[in-house]
Amino acid sequence: MTGEQMDNLRVVGQSVRKVDAMGMACGLEQYVGDYDVSDALVGYVVPSPYAHARIKKIDASRARAIPGVHAVLTWQDLPRNVHTTAGQGYVEPSPYDSFILDNKVRFVGDRVALVAADTIEIAEQAGRALEIDWEILEPVFDAEKAMLPGAPVIHDEPEAHMPIPVPYDASINMAASASMGAGDLDSVLKSSHLAYSQTYSTHYGQHCPIEPHICLGYLDPRDRVVLVSSTQVPFHARRITAQALGIPVRRIRVIKPRIGGGFGAKQEVLLEQAVAALVLATRRKILIKLSRTEEFLSRTRHPIKVSLNGGFNADGTINGIRMRVLSNTGAYGSHALTVMCNCGSKVLPLYRMRAVAFDAKAVYTNLPVGGAYRGYGATQAAFAMEVFMDEVAEKLGIDPLELRRRNHILPGESSPVFAALGEGKPGVEQRIGSSGMARCLTLGAQAIDWDGKRGKPGDGAVRRGIGMCALMQGSSIPEIDMASVSMKLNDDGSFNLACGATDLGTGSDTVLAQIAAEVLGVTVDDVIVTSSDTDLTPFDVGAYASSTTYLSGEAARRAAVDIGEQIKAVAAAMLGPGVDPSKLVLEDKQVKAPDGRSVPLGDVAMRSLYQDNQHQIASIASAISKKSPPPFAAHFAEVLVDTETGQVTVVKYVAAVDCGTAINPKLAEGQVEGAVLNGISYALTEEYLFDDKGRMRNAGFADYKIFSTADQPELQTILVPTWEDTGPYGAKSVSEICINGPCPAISNAIYDAVGVRLRDTPFTPPKVLAAIRSKGR
Amino acid sequence: MRISTTINGVAHTFECEPGATLLEVLRSLGYKSVKQGCDHEGTCGACTVLLDGEAVLSCITPAPRAAGHRITTVEALGDPSHPHPLQEAFVDAGAVQCGYCTPGMILAASALLDKVPSPTRAQIAEALSGNLCRCTGYVKIFDAVENAAAAMHGRQHHDR
Repeated sequence: MTGEQMDNLRVVGQSVRKVDAMGMACGLEQYVGDYDVSDALVGYVVPSPYAHARIKKIDASRARAIPGVHAVLTWQDLPRNVHTTAGQGYVEPSPYDSFILDNKVRFVGDRVALVAADTIEIAEQAGRALEIDWEILEPVFDAEKAMLPGAPVIHDEPEAHMPIPVPYDASINMAASASMGAGDLDSVLKSSHLAYSQTYSTHYGQHCPIEPHICLGYLDPRDRVVLVSSTQVPFHARRITAQALGIPVRRIRVIKPRIGGGFGAKQEVLLEQAVAALVLATRRKILIKLSRTEEFLSRTRHPIKVSLNGGFNADGTINGIRMRVLSNTGAYGSHALTVMCNCGSKVLPLYRMRAVAFDAKAVYTNLPVGGAYRGYGATQAAFAMEVFMDEVAEKLGIDPLELRRRNHILPGESSPVFAALGEGKPGVEQRIGSSGMARCLTLGAQAIDWDGKRGKPGDGAVRRGIGMCALMQGSSIPEIDMASVSMKLNDDGSFNLACGATDLGTGSDTVLAQIAAEVLGVTVDDVIVTSSDTDLTPFDVGAYASSTTYLSGEAARRAAVDIGEQIKAVAAAMLGPGVDPSKLVLEDKQVKAPDGRSVPLGDVAMRSLYQDNQHQIASIASAISKKSPPPFAAHFAEVLVDTETGQVTVVKYVAAVDCGTAINPKLAEGQVEGAVLNGISYALTEEYLFDDKGRMRNAGFADYKIFSTADQPELQTILVPTWEDTGPYGAKSVSEICINGPCPAISNAIYDAVGVRLRDTPFTPPKVLAAIRSKGR
Repeated sequence: MRISTTINGVAHTFECEPGATLLEVLRSLGYKSVKQGCDHEGTCGACTVLLDGEAVLSCITPAPRAAGHRITTVEALGDPSHPHPLQEAFVDAGAVQCGYCTPGMILAASALLDKVPSPTRAQIAEALSGNLCRCTGYVKIFDAVENAAAAMHGRQHHDR
């Protein structure tokens, strides 16, 4: 299908070295903490000890008097500009319910005050020296109870509002609500051979980038605030910091150096406004770096309850499905609406159906704040949908693989969900262009030996099972996301490529260089990438929504095409009269004419810079997305379940993925493998444990277990190439989709092994054992 | 207190608080490849360095412990012009994503290969189990260590 299009490619489709990898392997690449911080003050956020309390009075005079303390800021010292910390495009589809500091705290770990001091010990001492008259308020920790009449109101401040016209009611702790429908679902359910309902729930999780959030700030000689930040969204960080502090955007520069992982946690404007406030208060260099403990209380994955109600024919045809979503957004509504909407928009369109209904609410509680996390709602809802499908397959006596085959959406087909569900507004209608779903199902099933292994648990204490699931995601947010790239030609025929796109370890600098190199007939070494600096690189929404390869890659392709045309025009003049620039091709670092003559790119550069009609050959191009083509995947898990301990071990995991063209197959595999292992770890061991006061009891790697090499199962990635016409060189996204598979695939495998349904994540030994024992009774 | 040690082959004498960790001292001396990812509790491995060739967690190693010993950070293994086979292998295998765990991971692997030139997967898993990576799923890290082991034996690189 794609052979022909791929045949002519020389750089795209090659696993070239990641451009920054050698510097990283030699310890030379710079992360925020590696800047010169020897003269920086330590910035510190004093955490709330209470889940819900009002600061009736706060006196910082004792704290300020401590030697080595340079500033203590309380809510009284800062402008009260309501904003969201969600690093989204403007106007953000997240409630404006945050202040840099407030006179109220809403979860344990919320912000009480900001301190700048010589050392962290002095800063913590200053925090303890604050004299605060607290009014302790009743907390609410249960999302279902939070919306009952009489529940404590978490956002009772008058400023809290939704900046876009969607339902929001802080007086009942409702951070967002959305619904859509198509077709007559009730009658479809009534007339179906099988109507089945079930409820599933997912738990808190943290991204755990090995580099926690960190931001360095200082005033430059022109009195501008420079923020060197570990962020996925430098341009949103600049805009929201300006908004929160009430200073002009022009006074802020955000520099993104190398980032030690993000996974969505750093799609949050979390530290920038606090650092900037302390910089302005002290006129000193300020560094805030979160401890690992603090990182767990920064942003999390929204815990979500998903109820499904579906009608099916005896042959497995899905007639209709209703999805009800209840999302716990924690103390603030960051990404509340959009994560919740993604539950529907990135899951329901996977299957054809005559009728569909979606009804979702996001609720405030006095627990840690939800946010963007790889998968972004699809993780939570795909767990529900794909276990539901497994249950339905069993009830109908159909192989679960076959049930997917009969129902999954095909190229040329659409879903009413695409048009109905967007990000705070209607979505964008789209037809599926490319899909490798069918092939993913087939190749994945072969790799795991689906037919040979399924339904053979054995009879020992340790049972074996296999399970599967089908998945989709999107590629960018249609009609919202924008990316731009600029390029210029250097003396030797090399190029600078500047992008706002945010490589946070994903390899996007490399992918963009490959795309530009492909267009220009050069190698990746000839394309010098700079990302990202709000003073120097053009705008990009940033690294989220599976958009960088698809959208920023398209901007890179366009910028390269444009600069290529300029190069051809100069080369045509050099080749003499009568040469038609449109007949020239860029190849082997030269401009080649049909008659065999050629001009090296370096000669074109030297002429245009020094010799004749001098000008800088340069381009800038933007891309917006008209659609969000889904990548597709089929995942298969083989597990062992110890019936005496409840221990679940994944022994083999197969992920077959259609990401369109893999611009760099090794980097694409790396995205799959990383997402899968994070997903397995989330499914089996990662868990937030709270005490009855809302305090997280296990905020550290000693007690919050993420997988290491010792836990790693055999992971097999199968890239299934397709060609997406709207993407650069046929590419779609790959970064998020694969984190959605492990929860359902493992749950279904556990069922195959021991016949118990795990409908609440994570599948810890006590939970699995309890399920096995209750089945035995 | 005053500590004399050798870092990457260079003799250093420095002043430190008795409670200072080796991590803090190394970073303040400019060895920025040594990263911090947990709260000085030795749970992430990003701060791994070699002490007389043994992988240690510098965030829980008191700085005075370095007195009279040889400390090696990843900067000493090689540079982009002359990379160590492990650095080369990590880059070629695609084992480097965000790169934050990479220096510690490479040093842990280096300590392993010094002792066990051709490790099994189980030996690699055990040797690197204290070095957390959230990006890669470890698949390509295993590949990289195996490829480096082969390269260091003068054998051909093998690709899975």
